[in-house]
Order: sequence, then C-alpha cells, then structure tokens
Amino acid sequence: MIAQILFLVFLLSASILFGRNVAKIRRNIKLGRAEDRSDRPMERLKTMLLVAFGQSKMTKRPVAAIMHFFLYAGFVIINIEVVEILIDGIFGTHRVFAAPLGPVYNYLIGSFEILALLVIVGCVVFLIRRNVLKIRRFSGKEMTSWPKSDANYILIIEILLMSAFLKMNAADYLLQQQNYPHYIQAGAFPVSQFIAPLMPQNAEFLVLIERGAWWFHILGILAFLNYLPYSKHFHIIMAFPNTWYSNLNPKGSFNNMDSVTNEVKAMLDPSFTPLPVAEGSKFGAKDVQDLSWKNLMDAYTCTECGRCTSVCPANITGKLLSPRKIMMDTRDRLTEVGNNIDQHGKDFQDGKSLLDNYITREEIWACTTCNACTEACPVNIDPLNIIVELRRYAVMEEAQAAASVNSMFGNIENNGAPWKYAPSDRFNWAKND
Amino acid sequence: MSELTVPTMAELLAKGEEPEILFWVGCAGSYDERAQKITRDICKILQHVGMKFAVLGTEESCTGDPAKRAGNEFLFQMQAMANIELLNAYQVKKIVTGCPHCFNTLRNEYPNLGGNYEVIHHSQLIQELINEGKLRAEGGESFKGKKITFHDPCYLGRANQVYEAPRKALEILDAELVELKRCKSNGLCCGAGGAQMFKEPEPGTKDVNIERTEEILAVQPAVVAAACPFCMTMLSDGIKNFNKEQEVEVLDIAEITVKANGL
Repeated sequence: MIAQILFLVFLLSASILFGRNVAKIRRNIKLGRAEDRSDRPMERLKTMLLVAFGQSKMTKRPVAAIMHFFLYAGFVIINIEVVEILIDGIFGTHRVFAAPLGPVYNYLIGSFEILALLVIVGCVVFLIRRNVLKIRRFSGKEMTSWPKSDANYILIIEILLMSAFLKMNAADYLLQQQNYPHYIQAGAFPVSQFIAPLMPQNAEFLVLIERGAWWFHILGILAFLNYLPYSKHFHIIMAFPNTWYSNLNPKGSFNNMDSVTNEVKAMLDPSFTPLPVAEGSKFGAKDVQDLSWKNLMDAYTCTECGRCTSVCPANITGKLLSPRKIMMDTRDRLTEVGNNIDQHGKDFQDGKSLLDNYITREEIWACTTCNACTEACPVNIDPLNIIVELRRYAVMEEAQAAASVNSMFGNIENNGAPWKYAPSDRFNWAKND
Repeated sequence: MSELTVPTMAELLAKGEEPEILFWVGCAGSYDERAQKITRDICKILQHVGMKFAVLGTEESCTGDPAKRAGNEFLFQMQAMANIELLNAYQVKKIVTGCPHCFNTLRNEYPNLGGNYEVIHHSQLIQELINEGKLRAEGGESFKGKKITFHDPCYLGRANQVYEAPRKALEILDAELVELKRCKSNGLCCGAGGAQMFKEPEPGTKDVNIERTEEILAVQPAVVAAACPFCMTMLSDGIKNFNKEQEVEVLDIAEITVKANGL
C-alpha cells in the first residue's frame, strides 16, 4: 500500500513537472510571429508518417539509420511495457497484462527483451562513434561540453534503463521457476534467461533485485521524461509536430514578404489599400521573436546530429557557418528570452539579440542558400529560412551588407542586372556570334 | 544550319503573332560572354525543332533572384512586379529559362505576386523534345564512349526536384556517364548561390568551387556538364585552377545538344 502511494506521488509530480516545462516551451514557441501552416492536412499527415514515423530521411546514412531504428523501435514498443508498469504500480498488481493477453503476452515480453538488447547494442555503438571513432560531424565549434555530455548522458541513461529492465526480468524468471508467491508464470525471457545464472538464487534476495530494478526502471523513465525538455533528446516528441508543419513548397521558393508587397504596391499605386500582414514591425529578424513560430519549433526539434553541417558547402570549406549552430543558437537565445520573461516579466529587455550576440554576420553571409542542410535534416528543420530572415534584417533595416553586395543591389536597381552593364546592351548576344 | 534569327516579343506583337514559348535569357545569359554562347545554343535548338519562340530583348530585366537571396526583399519585389507587368501585358503563358535561378524565381516566387506562367528550365525543354522524338543526337560531334559527368545545380535539383531532365540530354549521347560522389539530392553547391557570385567568400580553408572541382577531377571525365551559368563560371574557374582545361571540358547541356546535332 505504501509502495502504491509512493508510486502515485512520483508519477503525479513527474507528470506535473513535465507538463509545466512543456507549457513553457510551448509559450516560448508562440513568441514567434504568425505563419499559416494549416493548409493541406493530408499532405502533412503523409509527410509526418513518412519522415517522423517512418524515419525515411535517416536512410541516407545506413549505419546510423539501423542503430537509430533499434533505439526508436525500442522506445516506441517498450512503452507498451511502461503502461503495464504504470498499472501494476498504481494497483499493486504484478504483470497485469499476462492474464488477459494469454500466450500473446509471452511474445510481447520476448520481443521487448530482444529490443532492449538491440537498444543496448545501438547505444554502445553510438557511444563508440562519438567518443572513440570521433566522427567529424559530432564535433565542431558549437559542440561544446554541454552538447557533448548531453548526448553521452542520453545514451548511458538508455543503457541503464534497458539493463534494469532485463535484470528485472531475469530475477522474475528465477522467481517464477521457484514458484514464489505473487510471481505468476508469465512472459518469455529470450535474453534475460542468460543473465539469470549470474544472479543469486536466494528468493528473498531475488525479490529485492526484481523490485529494485522495477523501481529503478520506472523512476528512471520518469526522471528521463523530465530531462527531455532540457535536452536535445526532446526531438523524440518534437519530430512529430515539426514534420507535420513542414514546409511543403519547393525548397527554392522563399516566402514573399507581405509587408514588403504592401509597401511596393503602395508605391506603384497610391490608392492601394494595404493588406493585413503577419510580419512584425520590422523587416526580417534581429531576435528570436522576429522569427516565425515554425523557426522556433525547428530550434526545439533539433537533436544536434550535424547532418546539416556535414553537407554545408560553407562549413566543408572551413567557413564559420554551421547550420546546426544556427539552430542551437536560436534555441539557446529563445530559452534565455523565456527565462527573462519568467524572472522579469514579458516586457523585459536584456539588450541582447540573436543576431550579433549569438549568430555573427560572417556566418549568415557565408551561406550559398543551396538547401543541402534542409535536404539533410531527418526532421525537416529549415536553418536556411532563419539565415535569410537575419540577412533581411541586416539589409533592409540596417543597410549592412558587404560593399560588393550593395553594388550588386545598385546595379539591379539601375541597370536591371547584377553587373554594371547598360540595359541597352542586353540583347547584344544575338548579334555577336 | 540556317542563320540564327531571334525575334522579340515586341516584334511578334507588332505582326499580331504570339510565340509558343518565351525564352527568358537572364542576366548571365545576356551579358556573360561564356553564357551568351549557351544562350545562342538554346535559340539554335528552338529554331532547329521549329518551335516558335521569342525573347524580351532589352525589355528583359533581372528577376530579382540575387537580391532576394541576399535579403533585399524590396528590390526583389520591385523587379518582380515590373517584370510581371511586362509579361502579363504580352500575355505570356509559357516560359523557358536558361538559368535555374531565373527558373526558380519565375516558377515559385512570381505566382503570388500575380505572375502565373508555366515555367520550365532549358534542360526540361530538351527532355521534352527528346521524348517527343523531335531532338536526337545525330549529325554532329560524337560523344560515344566519352566519359561525361553532370554537376547538379542547387536551384534545379534540390530546390525544384529536377534531376532527370538534364541527364536525359546526356543519356542519348551513348557516352559513358559517371555520377559524382555527391550528386542529385546530395549534390554539392558550386559556391555561387545565395548572392555569393557577387561577393568575396568569407574566410575559410578553401573555395567551394575548388572542393567541387576536386570531386569532379576524381572521376576523370572528358566533359563535365553544367546547366547553370553560375555553375559554369565556378566550375570553369575550378578546372583552370588545376590547369586541366585541356583534359576536362565544361559544357552546358544545351551546348552538348547543339554539338551532338551539328547545329
């Protein structure tokens, strides 16, 4: 009875804490300006099922894709086991699904065990890739000690959770063999039966191990749940809404700013009545609030895998730009802005901004807008859109661009071509063969 | 081949005629010496298959693409609205461009400003003509057995998912086609996009076109095919940088088509 009450207390506090942190992130995302992504629901559903649920964009890197699939499948399927643990925990039952499911239960537990083992294999391989093989995309300027530790913590926690699950089953398996009361005959143990011989055979001790592992497993999961909002691992949740709200237009299509259309049309036709616009009071983005909510959702979805940066032509050739850093900077700045709101109220200004305090001019101007980053992202994040919004601010609000870029603008304006040629010479190509 | 005649929209309108297709030449195609040759070759192809076309001539103006990528939305929309006014006045329905950047801008960014046209890139036109049997690879230079590779322009490939059309133009050559390590959706940029063409690169360890050229040279092609005037400049510079102009030719797919047909 005490155990049940304790369990409920843990479960409720973990849920409340998680709910509060998710609400905070939701509030932060909504600090972004409006953007309509409610069209084409069927296409959105298809994209989400394919890209997030079906992991379709992971396949470009087969080794990572297979290992990641172990973790992903393990996470999704072993959650069915968590449901049983929750019911057992609340009602003081043991393996409550065994009776209603009958022989199916054995298959379920058996497959969970195999998945748990595969998850451990996947995590070990990932740890080796990060810490021993030191694969290039896991390093970089933005991969400071926290992002690196974060990745390792996640992998270690997952190994511990899966180990506890297998240890729990091994003890349960032995207790079942000893016909120990309360431990009903249920489940198949294709993996943990091999751990069983390594266990003490004393029944009281086994109960202690089984209970200990059970508590470790579920408290671990509750703690891990509350680690998510502070970690790149939050992608396991965000991948789904983020792919739902994907950009469905061709990648080369940059949005036409309605605020500018209003100004240009008013200039061409004084009787023109401006249309309502979603964009803020300034052109482009200086800080996170000037970006759209989708840019901000992208930032919370990023799991720092570095596929974007590893295919970025600027980054490959040693420039400062790293699309992953653009996403991490956006998220870190947004977290800072959110914390400021919590501590000092919503109108507080800290005198900092995304552009300059986090992302430098040198970074945004190194982009070739080639879309390699957006193509590479397994969860359809768009770093390019943020870069363009920052450029828009630099150019239209500050008139800050390289002299050569400014003269390109001047040439287009005056000659209708980015180079200094006379418009009257435009058709000369037809003559000089 | 008969003399090249390039009618303008204004001339056709004066005669009360309208073309089947408008050829949008683009700034590079109009002014850049190397690209001008490609422009004339596209006209030769159009003339060869008897497709009635016209250009805007001196009435054409920049689509605004480099301004937009560089963040100057004002300038872009000013250009766009002026161009749309002109195109709509001529009641243009179908456009072929000689540049993936013009293609992308006209196709994707003009419609919601009031410019609705069917826009294709010249590689797609060549593909259509081949599929219709109007264009073959005969009567000209033979590319048989030559090693040819193709560099995907970002604004044709990733930006608009056009990967097969330019390859179609190469497949009919009976040449040895080799793909670069980074091709199609994984293609590496030449380094000119996003207004980089008009500025110095940021400090780094090498230029993007050098990185790309190294990859091209690794497959030892006789010809590297391009489909974008900016890629053409970047790749030609890259090949020159390695003193490989004698071994590796950089040709636009329109030029290859013209050569293969002896136009």
